[in-house]
Amino acid sequence: MKPPPSNDLNRRDLLAGFGKFIILSGAARVALEAATTGVPPPDADKYKAAQHWWAMTIDVGRCIGCGNCVRACTKENGVPAGYFRTWVERYHVNDADLEHPVVESPNGGFDGFKPKQESAGKSFFVPKLCNHCVDSPCVQSCPVGATFESPDGVVLVDEKYCLGCRYCIQACPYGCRYLHPTKKTADKCSLCYHRITKGLTTACCEACPTGARQLANLKNPADPVHEFLRSNTVQVLKPHMATRPKVFYKDLDGAVR
Amino acid sequence: MKTLLREAGHLVRLATLGALLLILFLLVRRAVVPPSFGKYGHYRAASLEEIAARPASFAGREACEACHDDIATMKREARHARLGCEACHGALAAHAEDPSSNKATKPDTATLCVRCHEADSAKPKWFPQVVSSEHMGDVPCGSCHNPHKPKV
Repeated sequence: MKPPPSNDLNRRDLLAGFGKFIILSGAARVALEAATTGVPPPDADKYKAAQHWWAMTIDVGRCIGCGNCVRACTKENGVPAGYFRTWVERYHVNDADLEHPVVESPNGGFDGFKPKQESAGKSFFVPKLCNHCVDSPCVQSCPVGATFESPDGVVLVDEKYCLGCRYCIQACPYGCRYLHPTKKTADKCSLCYHRITKGLTTACCEACPTGARQLANLKNPADPVHEFLRSNTVQVLKPHMATRPKVFYKDLDGAVR
Repeated sequence: MKTLLREAGHLVRLATLGALLLILFLLVRRAVVPPSFGKYGHYRAASLEEIAARPASFAGREACEACHDDIATMKREARHARLGCEACHGALAAHAEDPSSNKATKPDTATLCVRCHEADSAKPKWFPQVVSSEHMGDVPCGSCHNPHKPKV
């Protein structure tokens, strides 16, 4: 705030200054100054966690099982071979036995899938990743606070603090965690936290050719996720676990576990 | 006062010991608990910045289109408009940083296209699929189709 010159401090300036000082918090005062003078505050484009609540939508009807997301994730995050932060499953639901679908995920879908032609039943691909649950069992089970939910709704692992006790790996009902073979710490999808905080989308979304995966900021009213959630019926995985996942699947078959 | 101290000596000793143990506890706690622990919750707040500071391998399509606007314009009108550049070309953040020393390699259409377009009953019906061996045999896709504008 520009201080009024001391020798002609009039009553109006004094009252306005006091009013701003009393009524507005520091951040709001900066925002008001920016709005009235047209000069953006110095940290205008800085990432603000309070304005984000990250989630992901997956349109199962758009997934073609190419494995681009798995390869992109491995490349972006240096995921060791044979471990997956995201993977793709191929489901085949036999009409006669809806309760026992045939599920395969050769090398997590990293090399794609061998083409198959089924004459009957229903086949489809399901991409999976950490669900970034609101009530994460992994966060609750960590004895040292090495895995946590960030203020913007991403479940992360603090590598420097993790003991490698594997409680969280057992706690995750979705099998999304693994013990890193060389670091000996728990590892999982970070929703590309290093990318989304810089205004980029996740590596898997960047590489997905059909747009089956979409990163979503639930706190942004202009985000297309709201229209997506309004106009589609979406499911989450294992809702009976009461973990409140934030990965929303559209057109998910009831056979998916 | 003197008698009081003598008679309550055992209490003073106990209180001194308690105070010393408390100071010891606080010192150990200070040494062991990271300074940012508990700032936002039951975790080390500094780890948020550490995780956010990791380098990115994928540059994002905006970075590609900033230079290659001729391709971007061609692609925008075609069937592959929704595809990100790095979906086919791979991670190219290093190239976007320094294009002269990190050259991008052209993907081979013979192996690239079938990754998505090989027919499979699990793929959605709307998605264009071919049985590559029946479609054109060994002729690479790129000899007829331009991947940026695939319609022949």
